Amino acid sequence: MKTENLNKNNKDYKYGFTTDVENIRSPKGLSEETIRFISNIKKEPKWMLEWRLKAFKRLKVLKEPDWQKPKYPKINYQNLYYYSAPKSASEKPKSLDEIDPKILETYKKLGIPLVEQKRLNGIAVDAVFDSVSVATTFKDELTKKGIIFCSISEAIQNHPELVKKYLGSVIPLSDHYFATLNSAVFTDGSFVYIPPNTKCPMELSTYFRINASETGQFERTLIIADKGSYVSYLEGCTAPMRDENQLHAANVELIALDDAEIKYSTVQNWYPGDEKGIGGIYNFVTKRGACKGKNSKISWTQVETGSAITWKYPSCILQGDNSVGEFYSIAITNNFQKADTGTKMIHLGKNTKSKIISKGISAGNADNMYRGLVEIKNKAINSRNYTQCDSLLMGNKCGAHTIPYIKNNNASSTIEHEATTTKINEEQLYYCNQRGLDQEEAVSLIVNGFCKEVLQQLPMEFAVEAQKLVAISLEGSVG
Amino acid sequence: MLNIKNLEATIDNKHILKGLNLDIKPGEVHAIMGPNGSGKSTLANVLSGKNGYEIKGDIKYNGESLSELSTEERAQKGIFLAFQYPLEIPGVNTNTFLRTSLNSIKKARGQKELDTLTFLKLVKEKASELGINEKFLSRQLNVGFSGGEKKKNEILQMKILQPKLSILDETDSGLDIDALRIVADGVNSYKNKENAFLIITHYQRLLDYIKPDFVHVLSNGKIMKTGDAELGIQLEKTGYSNIV
Repeated sequence: MKTENLNKNNKDYKYGFTTDVENIRSPKGLSEETIRFISNIKKEPKWMLEWRLKAFKRLKVLKEPDWQKPKYPKINYQNLYYYSAPKSASEKPKSLDEIDPKILETYKKLGIPLVEQKRLNGIAVDAVFDSVSVATTFKDELTKKGIIFCSISEAIQNHPELVKKYLGSVIPLSDHYFATLNSAVFTDGSFVYIPPNTKCPMELSTYFRINASETGQFERTLIIADKGSYVSYLEGCTAPMRDENQLHAANVELIALDDAEIKYSTVQNWYPGDEKGIGGIYNFVTKRGACKGKNSKISWTQVETGSAITWKYPSCILQGDNSVGEFYSIAITNNFQKADTGTKMIHLGKNTKSKIISKGISAGNADNMYRGLVEIKNKAINSRNYTQCDSLLMGNKCGAHTIPYIKNNNASSTIEHEATTTKINEEQLYYCNQRGLDQEEAVSLIVNGFCKEVLQQLPMEFAVEAQKLVAISLEGSVG
Repeated sequence: MLNIKNLEATIDNKHILKGLNLDIKPGEVHAIMGPNGSGKSTLANVLSGKNGYEIKGDIKYNGESLSELSTEERAQKGIFLAFQYPLEIPGVNTNTFLRTSLNSIKKARGQKELDTLTFLKLVKEKASELGINEKFLSRQLNVGFSGGEKKKNEILQMKILQPKLSILDETDSGLDIDALRIVADGVNSYKNKENAFLIITHYQRLLDYIKPDFVHVLSNGKIMKTGDAELGIQLEKTGYSNIV
């Protein structure tokens, strides 16, 4: 297998290799032809193609938003490939044995073995390579419980009633530019359905990998937790190191019915660009969950360490009475990385509760912004929100910003907001050094302490990885 | 073990140590006393390698010049400083900090790191010797600790890291009489022929519990007088004015 490091400057990003596989690509550029190509190659039913075309029509009148803090050069949408798939995976493999060994090797290198040895960890994995899902593990075991865990492409074929009912029900077709773009050209992603009164017996996980150049990744994830069910889902992301900026515009929709709970965790480690700010992924993602049923709960946990620009607000619509929304976030920006991230908590139902814990860490020349909306509507009596935003600065050239938007239309409801900004303390570092820790161990210890409340939310298997990632992301940031 | 010759230290254009000489041999306990602003804490900082000081003169530790060594290298070679104001590190529990610290030192010395269970056994044993409750170990490092708890925690760290040269920077200040006794017992139980102590203090009362071999009076950046334990007792009666 041929791998290469396209950018030798950045030694710290260990996922920066490319895999040399033959690709099938859509025509270049964004057009009806491209959309028809995608729909056709996936053998989609007519309703799906129509849905995509409707989104495309809508897209033509939408403008790219520009209110965010991180600015970026204009993206030439006609210069991108919207579909790129390893040739061997375009005929969907029936079992793991049929997957191109090069792709299996890639995932092994990423630390994600797709063979069933993952059983020990009790994690089912769906792996998405560029535009297609290449493997879903543990399908049989999940099927016995009536749980559906497959690629969204398969779900469109095999479970059209569920997809039709829920796709676009949380993020409408015409929501905003990037979400609508995704609706028109999304290529693959994961689909999860948990039947009533079922606790999913293992962590479900999707691993996204951008491999091909000049490619955007537009994945779509849809998770439905039926009444009284529970699921914990984790996604991870990496990409090769390239000098170009690549666009990743995903849509994730979560639906929790009565008494259901969804825990969604993200460890985002897309290529961040080199230390001069060249290259890196534009991570422009729309994630939204609807607590449709009473007593339902959606909890987002994100560890955002990668990407040149991260621009996302995983949100909760608290529709059902007594429903609960949570957002736990760690956003680390180093070198020239920029993040504008936070959440939206929309309280509609009675006695709804939300909690936001955000930890922003900024080093080098990076800029880190928490932006969040808490809105309590007039019928959401006795609702509560608690928000805590902490920022940690390392060095003198980085920035941290907090912009909370707070709207309370209900006198019986309360919103609390706490924010702190601190600089990493020289005395703390000295204290750690005096106890034998070198500078990097000391920074890692202090930063992991700072992030503890969020790291605790991650499933055990990933918490250790995430701690290491936090340390690696900040290597060399204190001199 | 420690040989300091003509040590000068300047920070922010303030000349603080002005030619200090001091020799410490293994097994010895040295006390440094002196008025406020005489340079006692500066000496502790310079020995441990804190950044920001301009240094002249020579410090040899077991024959090796300290000037080239970073703070952590000095710690790994067995220099320990019990801080006057121990730092809080939110989110990091005391156990984790202690284990990271011990294992960093062991790693640097090419020794085997301790696994969690062995470490926990060790830390519980040392904590109980100091009358420290186990619950205290799972609290965030120094966060919300009382003054006495912070100082006891420093002594606990000393007993676990087993340094060769322990520098105690006003460990007795802010302690009630019971805490003072516990801290002193901690020091006495660790004292042996191989290790040495440099105890910086304002008051004789700590020296009632830890008997020093030498007492030095530091004033205006120099050691003005050296004596035995009697000197401390005399100072308590007459103050520094007769000496400096």
